[in-house]
Amino acid sequence: MNEVASRLPIIAGVLTMVVTLSALLIWLERRLLGFWQERYGPNRVGPFGLLQVVADMIKIFMKEDWVPPFADKAVFVIAPAVIIVTVLMSFAVVPFTPSIVVADLNVGLLFFLAMSSLSAYSVVLAGWASNNKYSLLGGLRASAQMLSYEVFMGLSLMGVVMLTGSFNLGDIVEAQRDLWFCIPQILGFIIFLIAGLAETKRIPFDIPEAEAELVAGFHTEYSGMKFGMFFVGEYLGIILISAMITVLFFGGWQGPWLPPAVWFWIKTFLFICLFILLRAALPRLRFDQLMTFGWKVMLPLALVNLAVTGALVLIGHPPK
Amino acid sequence: MTGAFYLASLVAVVSTGLVITSLNAVHALLYLIVSFLGVAVVFFLLGAPFIAMLEIIIYAGAIMVLFVFVVMMLNLGRQAIEQESAWLMPRIWVGPSILSATLLVELLYLFGFGVLSQAGGIMGQAPKQVSVVLLGPYLIGVELASMLLLPGLVGAYHLGRDLRNEDA
Repeated sequence: MNEVASRLPIIAGVLTMVVTLSALLIWLERRLLGFWQERYGPNRVGPFGLLQVVADMIKIFMKEDWVPPFADKAVFVIAPAVIIVTVLMSFAVVPFTPSIVVADLNVGLLFFLAMSSLSAYSVVLAGWASNNKYSLLGGLRASAQMLSYEVFMGLSLMGVVMLTGSFNLGDIVEAQRDLWFCIPQILGFIIFLIAGLAETKRIPFDIPEAEAELVAGFHTEYSGMKFGMFFVGEYLGIILISAMITVLFFGGWQGPWLPPAVWFWIKTFLFICLFILLRAALPRLRFDQLMTFGWKVMLPLALVNLAVTGALVLIGHPPK
Repeated sequence: MTGAFYLASLVAVVSTGLVITSLNAVHALLYLIVSFLGVAVVFFLLGAPFIAMLEIIIYAGAIMVLFVFVVMMLNLGRQAIEQESAWLMPRIWVGPSILSATLLVELLYLFGFGVLSQAGGIMGQAPKQVSVVLLGPYLIGVELASMLLLPGLVGAYHLGRDLRNEDA
């Protein structure tokens, strides 16, 4: 029990930090998009428009919490909770610094993959429970997309696992003391970045909620705080994928002079900005293009990466 | 730890029961997912975290998504629920109940004689030990499974090919 008590402040700290950051990220995204499109973005409420987030939150909490009469009520209510729970659970294994990690699992990386595969249910169930054809189409697209991209998301990470010899995220960061994995695993990094974009359903992979064709896809029938949960879940997902890229390919907390936590958040912040830049720069793919790209380009590349890394590891350290 | 084990087992057993009795196919699938998660926690507490994670990634995360996907596409309505409730008549329960009761008695008997008290047979299986065993003594099983999967893949690809584009 003592050990549990000593973990509680870390759990509370991590939860507070990531939820606050995901709210701030909504403001950051709108400001950065404005900056790149040569306009201001929200700059009226509070200093630099920072209180815009608070204003939006008050508004969304005041909205009527509406469940359509034709929906499957229980599933409709569970769906938005699933995404928040699975993404927040994934943060449990992320090592922010050598000492700040909620659960130092020896299968940490697999835990992250497990949670990201469970998060697919949120979208699928939301699409089904809404009992609306646009939602159903969004849900179908989402389940196909997330299933396909999970396959090589896992495969792209196995190169890192081979080089480290462990699924523990702390060990993976330690193994990058001399050389960040983004150099030997450059292919794995690119594949993981693309798979991460698809998993968070961001442009150019936001086909499940394509506004131009599906109203809002799987969350067409959602309003108020239930919609807010999908929204925050998406931003939490961006933070999670950026944090995982930092941990797996860019040396996690490592770096000279500055304290570990600062290094971790600087790197993560840069990847969050990259995600927003991609949204500002790229158009949306067509659905068949997405599937073809996934299965015919990314999967073979991930397999080649796996085979080459395996061969090189074997040459470097032949088994006794 | 023991408390957590029994709690997870209880969740797994109850949700598995609900899989059988739910009339709505999607609800049944959701209970099945919960049951898999419960089993994963049991594996974790028995000291097999690798198996626990594979249980979630493969069963709960991948296979069940496909099941939900198919049921979504079938778009079962009220008619299917009525059909299900007709199937769950007390008369239908007799056969399966006898079979399951036999298994339950057998399990309790084995527990009673302490044969299964060494559930710790899978204690402390780190990913490395599992892989060494899998690619060592059980290599033939792994190879057979992969041979079974390959024809499945080729067959699915054959069924799914686009004939219109091939003729052109």
